[in-house]
Amino acid sequence: MELSEQDRQIVRVLQEGLPLVSRPFQALAQVLGMSEETLIMDVKRLVDQGLIRRFGATVRHQDLGYVANAMVVWDVPDSQVHEAGRIMAAFEEVTHCYQRPRHPRWPFNLYTMVHGQTREECLQVAERISRAAGLEKYRLLFSTAELKKSSMRYFE
Amino acid sequence: MVFDETDRKLLRLIQTSLPIVPEPYREVGEVLGLSETEVIARLRLLIENGVIRRLGGVFDSRKLGYSGALCAMEVTAERIDEVAKVVNSFAGVTHNYLREDPINMWFTLLAPSEEKLAETLKGIRERTGIQEIMTFPAENIYKIRVNFDLD
Repeated sequence: MELSEQDRQIVRVLQEGLPLVSRPFQALAQVLGMSEETLIMDVKRLVDQGLIRRFGATVRHQDLGYVANAMVVWDVPDSQVHEAGRIMAAFEEVTHCYQRPRHPRWPFNLYTMVHGQTREECLQVAERISRAAGLEKYRLLFSTAELKKSSMRYFE
Repeated sequence: MVFDETDRKLLRLIQTSLPIVPEPYREVGEVLGLSETEVIARLRLLIENGVIRRLGGVFDSRKLGYSGALCAMEVTAERIDEVAKVVNSFAGVTHNYLREDPINMWFTLLAPSEEKLAETLKGIRERTGIQEIMTFPAENIYKIRVNFDLD
């Protein structure tokens, strides 16, 4: 999908965050030199088109007590990846689930992020997933430090 | 930061969606029985305290035309700080975590094109002297959940 320069401008301004004023879209529209009504219509369209996945608050989960997080990597027979992906995605505790290519040094092809209040909780979730999907080749990589976490700045 | 039940309700509501209307904070207030002024004041505190990282659009990088990959490298313990500084200095690196594995540094990289992505990786190799960076682009996405239960 080819983005218009207008859409790029909207993305640039929106990624700064919605201002905390009574009419935030009007404030942004002024910056963009367009009407509030047009901006609201364009933002809704970007949501409909899926370019904006979600319009709301991004919350730091560590501050909400979800202190343990593990990337669980699975070695799944290629023919079973889609089914396994669907099973894993259905778990509440799984926040992300992706298929990724294997590497000579890294045999894993399915990745799930698991968040919990404790390490033990993450281990138990992985075990439950393992039983549900009938997959035993996996490894938990707990995070020990967050070195960077930022929002991407597009079109800069 | 200690937040009360009203903050929890507010967070729960606006994580999933903030209405795209002329007065979004007033509409959120109506649902929660708060004034617009109070909604704005609470959001300001949650942002100042870092509970909310950002308010607005969460974009789909791929649909914006960006290429991305999860990347991993093995860094010896004594070089972690120095290497992290180099890796983090690239704008396209949005997340970087140390994980319990010999392959211990895991970061996500976004770039406006495949060429730019390769260029960034080349830059990281040159500036760290670490040749082997494994890249794992997403081939299928089964779930991205970004909101957390607050109960």
